[in-house]
Amino acid sequence: MTIVVGYVPTPEGEAALTQAIAEARKTDTTLLVINSSKGDALVDNRYAQDSEIQSIEDRLATQGIKHVIKQPVRGHDAAAEVLDAAEEHNAELIVIGLRRRTPVGKLIMGSVSQRILLEADCPVLAVKAG
Amino acid sequence: MDVWSSLMDGFATALTPLNFMYAVIGVILGTAVGVLPGLGPAMTVALLLPVTYALEPTSAFIMFAGIYYGGMYGGSTTSILLNTPGESSSVVTAIEGNKMAKAGRAAQALATAAIGSFVAGTIGTALLAVCAPIVVKFAVSLGAPSYFAIMILALLAVTAVLGSSRLRGFASLGLGLAIGLVGIDSVTGQRRLTFGQPLLADGLDIVVVAVAIFAVGEALWVAAHLRRTPLHAIPVGQPWMGKSDWKRSWKPWLRGTAFGFPFGALPAGGAEIPTFLSYVTEKRLSKHPEEFGKGAIEGVAGPEAANNAAAAGTLTPMLALGLPTNATAAVMLAAFTSYGIQPGPQLFSSQGPLVWALIASLFIGNFLLLIINLPLAPLWAKLLQLPRPYLYAGILFFATLGAYSVNLQAFDLMILLVLGALGFMMRRFGLPVLPLILGVILGPRIEGQLRKTLQLSAGDPAGLWSEPIAVVVYIIVAIILAWPFALKLIKRNRPGKKPLLPANSGAADYSD
Repeated sequence: MTIVVGYVPTPEGEAALTQAIAEARKTDTTLLVINSSKGDALVDNRYAQDSEIQSIEDRLATQGIKHVIKQPVRGHDAAAEVLDAAEEHNAELIVIGLRRRTPVGKLIMGSVSQRILLEADCPVLAVKAG
Repeated sequence: MDVWSSLMDGFATALTPLNFMYAVIGVILGTAVGVLPGLGPAMTVALLLPVTYALEPTSAFIMFAGIYYGGMYGGSTTSILLNTPGESSSVVTAIEGNKMAKAGRAAQALATAAIGSFVAGTIGTALLAVCAPIVVKFAVSLGAPSYFAIMILALLAVTAVLGSSRLRGFASLGLGLAIGLVGIDSVTGQRRLTFGQPLLADGLDIVVVAVAIFAVGEALWVAAHLRRTPLHAIPVGQPWMGKSDWKRSWKPWLRGTAFGFPFGALPAGGAEIPTFLSYVTEKRLSKHPEEFGKGAIEGVAGPEAANNAAAAGTLTPMLALGLPTNATAAVMLAAFTSYGIQPGPQLFSSQGPLVWALIASLFIGNFLLLIINLPLAPLWAKLLQLPRPYLYAGILFFATLGAYSVNLQAFDLMILLVLGALGFMMRRFGLPVLPLILGVILGPRIEGQLRKTLQLSAGDPAGLWSEPIAVVVYIIVAIILAWPFALKLIKRNRPGKKPLLPANSGAADYSD
């Protein structure tokens, strides 16, 4: 069993990661960190760079949590990547961060969190930025 | 003074509210395509050409001038913030510029690039205004044999000097000349390369060729390489410079201008060589040589000034002789022809008001770039987050619309696709695009001069070297062609010198 966390280098993403670490420690399960990008734009600030991934790696290692970090760039949106990973690893829990969206923004861009909440086969824990 | 009063008339034309608006549009559009790697001013002008048929030629050219300078300017932003040159002429800027940005001096790097571009662009445009009429005076005395020789020189120089592989350059040039041959021979009326297809008899429209090679080719190429690991742009606020930055920048600006303009003005122009020369010079002259490689402001100031001065220089042979040496100038030349304006030395006398309005709008565009872009730099960086499918869908839409609107013939769309596939294959096999475009545009004009020469000499090939200037130019051509072999001989005797730039310095851009 694993806990899947959707990570983005933003306050919401950090909150989700912190919560996921707490959950993983409670149940002593593997933590699977997913940070993905569609890879269709030259610059994507939601795709973590090597230095950020390294610092997460260090943080998880010092806390003694079994973990896997994945950064798929396959042209799928973040929701699909998280749901894929959850299914593949038979996840017991998905942790995601929520942010406030305007109705228009949601209409045009869709909502990653909403898709994960509705389509996941396991419980989803949604946290907001502190 | 003649130049002065003509230029003032030009300003009067370029500053009418409508023309000024087109200058603003051109500058903003040009910067946007300059910022985005893979898109360039040449492609933008080609895409907009059919759209602008409804405009006055003067307004259209004022917009094109803005796009041209804006594109030169925009490339530096991407170089500095992303280490991916937006334009081939900003490859050198990335070396020091990105290091500066990583060290938290992005604002200063952008500022020195912007102000340096402004200084160099203004001096360059002034030199253009002074030099072009002098070149024209000299050019009207030239006969067909000399013209033919100079055009041959321009084609060979651009093909042989720029780019990494001469073989690929010449292959591309050959393709371009062949495409230029399609249609009815103007002297004998014979059909050439039409394959019995009556729709080909008029030849291929240059707009269709340019749009296919630049836009469709690039879109296919991007579609084939859509997914790549995204980068982070270095965040930046308002560009500004401190006192010491000014002190260290002004000399490189002026030296860069001195390198850029003559190289741009030569028929073997292009902005790559002067930017590189400027970088090497600044490295040697700098009082802070230890900072080079770690983000020295001189290494940004010099090359950026050089590429803008070269951009101005390139317009000298384009306006005075009808000789383009970079892709954007080539497409602008094609634009002259599609407006029914004959490029060449007569341009200044026959279309004086248009030419001077164009030159005046270069001054205006330069100034606009400075005042619009200094505050907008962070916004341009945001442009890079645009998902490419949206961007290229838009480009393909405009490409198709443009190609169809030229003759309102569905057949042109077939040609668009075929040549677009050719553009894709050229990118795939590393063939430079510039020689092809120059071949298509200059090919028929060269042929015209050749036919004229041979008619004058009654078919005797000796007519080709009947003018002293032609002989001198042929000697230069011979030197350019023999140069690499001579270099090889020298190298064999003196081995062990390392190249100064890495072979793959990352120019993902083909559109100049």
